[in-house]
Amino acid sequence: MTMHPALLAAGLAFLVAPLFAAGPYVMHLLIQILLWGFVYTAWSMMGRFGFVSLGHGAFMGLGAYVPALLWNYYGVTPWLGIPLGVALAVLLGVVIGYPCFRLKVIGHYFALVTLALSQVVLLTIVAARDITGGSLGLTQRAAGFSWYALQFPDKRYFYVIALVMWLGGLAIWRAIDRGIGRQVLDAVSEDEEAAAAIGIDVLREKLRVTVVSAALTALGGAIFGQYLMYLNPETVSGIAVSLQIVFAAIVGGMYAMLGPTVGGLLTISLNEGLRVAFGTNFIGAANTIYGILLVLCIIFMPRGILGLAERLAPRRPRTKTVAAE
Amino acid sequence: MDIYLVEAMINGVLLGGVLALLALGLNLIFGVIDVVWIAYADIVMCGMYLIYLLYAGLGWPLLAACAVAIIASAAFGILVHLLIIEPILGSAPINQLLATGGLLFFLQSFATLLFGTDFRNLGIRLPIIELGDIYISYARLMAFAVALIGAVALYLFLKRTFIGTAIRAIAQDRDIIGLMGADQRRIYLFTSMIGGGLAGLAACLLALQYDVHPFIGNTFGPLIFMICVLGGLGDMIGGFVAAFVISQIIAIGGYYANTELSYVLAFTFFIVLMFVRPRGILSR
Repeated sequence: MTMHPALLAAGLAFLVAPLFAAGPYVMHLLIQILLWGFVYTAWSMMGRFGFVSLGHGAFMGLGAYVPALLWNYYGVTPWLGIPLGVALAVLLGVVIGYPCFRLKVIGHYFALVTLALSQVVLLTIVAARDITGGSLGLTQRAAGFSWYALQFPDKRYFYVIALVMWLGGLAIWRAIDRGIGRQVLDAVSEDEEAAAAIGIDVLREKLRVTVVSAALTALGGAIFGQYLMYLNPETVSGIAVSLQIVFAAIVGGMYAMLGPTVGGLLTISLNEGLRVAFGTNFIGAANTIYGILLVLCIIFMPRGILGLAERLAPRRPRTKTVAAE
Repeated sequence: MDIYLVEAMINGVLLGGVLALLALGLNLIFGVIDVVWIAYADIVMCGMYLIYLLYAGLGWPLLAACAVAIIASAAFGILVHLLIIEPILGSAPINQLLATGGLLFFLQSFATLLFGTDFRNLGIRLPIIELGDIYISYARLMAFAVALIGAVALYLFLKRTFIGTAIRAIAQDRDIIGLMGADQRRIYLFTSMIGGGLAGLAACLLALQYDVHPFIGNTFGPLIFMICVLGGLGDMIGGFVAAFVISQIIAIGGYYANTELSYVLAFTFFIVLMFVRPRGILSR
């Protein structure tokens, strides 16, 4: 799939334009969409091969809390803290992934084991409240504008960071698609025994995609922490975040490269739209509709919006607006 | 032995009863329909709110409120199956889990919409029993007893009645049951009804002990999935054992450290045991 150069240039211009045109509120939404889109994309790297993890809140929590704690207590720069958080998330991913894949813990069971994992990280953060602030959350020590502390009061810096990360995430997705890994993993998710019989090292391939997914998710969590300058165990870890990741990825379509991002775009605009429409008097209104939409989505289009678009597109090649259906 | 530790352990046993009841309902649905209702604990939450509404709001007698809650939860179980599970019975099992996850979001936020995030309680203070220096809450003791009776009744129902036998048979072989003259759809609906009813019964027992708030399901929901899986699919006795093992870990862990760490311990125990005994705690 090659892109027309003009289209590419238009796309780039579209992505760069907010730097000059967008106010702080729109900028805030865009950063959130990009960062969440990045995390959803990372999740889908596993999800599309049939490993539905409910444990990505754990990776995100580690990625967010490790650099923040190191910075607050020891003044360690996030430039060291973030890689450490990512490394710990990868380690955790392997510690859980290896026995799961080895013992063929799949489907429901994989989902429940990873769910337990995200609970473990969430509750550990809450339990260590003397250090982490527990459920009250944690505020990073402010340093003003600082490359060393990776803190920028100007949102545009984070927009660029989020944009680069998001593009990087898509590039990794492409790399997995183009590499041998894609065929291998497709084969594995279709029929594991057959794949093993033709000489595929199933375990290694699964672990590899798990490591990438965990690392990117942790990175997303870390940058989120740097951007918001406030961490709360409920918003970066735990079952709610894990489910949110899964849903957005599914609604957008986890089998297409841009699907998870579409999921992010949709869920965040939906949330904001409902918040504006209903005001803060109706806490929960947004999630009520959100919940109903999720159920409907899974029943009527389990491959998500982009999945649906892809399926409709070849049949009606001239319709340009299929994505809107 | 330390008297407080004994007290913690007794409370652990009493909590185990209610957890076992919930895990039983979930196990039934998981075993028969092969679906994980990730929103199961939130159905309990709805039941608790209904009791609160009828008893504290409208002044109904407690028993009547409880009876209505059980019936409503059972009806809700049927609805969940008809509206959410049945349309996607043929698709990947994980989709069914996620669809009920949407239900979880819906129920939690709908409860927030209706009741706000305040903690509500029934305002009933049941007496506390003193045994020497050990204090046992009467509400917990009663919950334990009712949970046990409920479990035994379910056991007898599954063993002694025709539909109970059909339910057990379908859990063993989904494809062949049609040939035996049992209506699969009716059995699924019946199972969902019982599952919902058990959630309603648990709601009655929990409403006496805990304040209800929209997110109460998140605190014990994950626990009952763990118990259900730990016990082994379709293994009711295994589920019972697992409920008490988990509740003891929580009780004793809570005594030596704190509540959150005891949960961390319980979840870690679950993960490790999944790898050591993937087919359940009592499997050989």
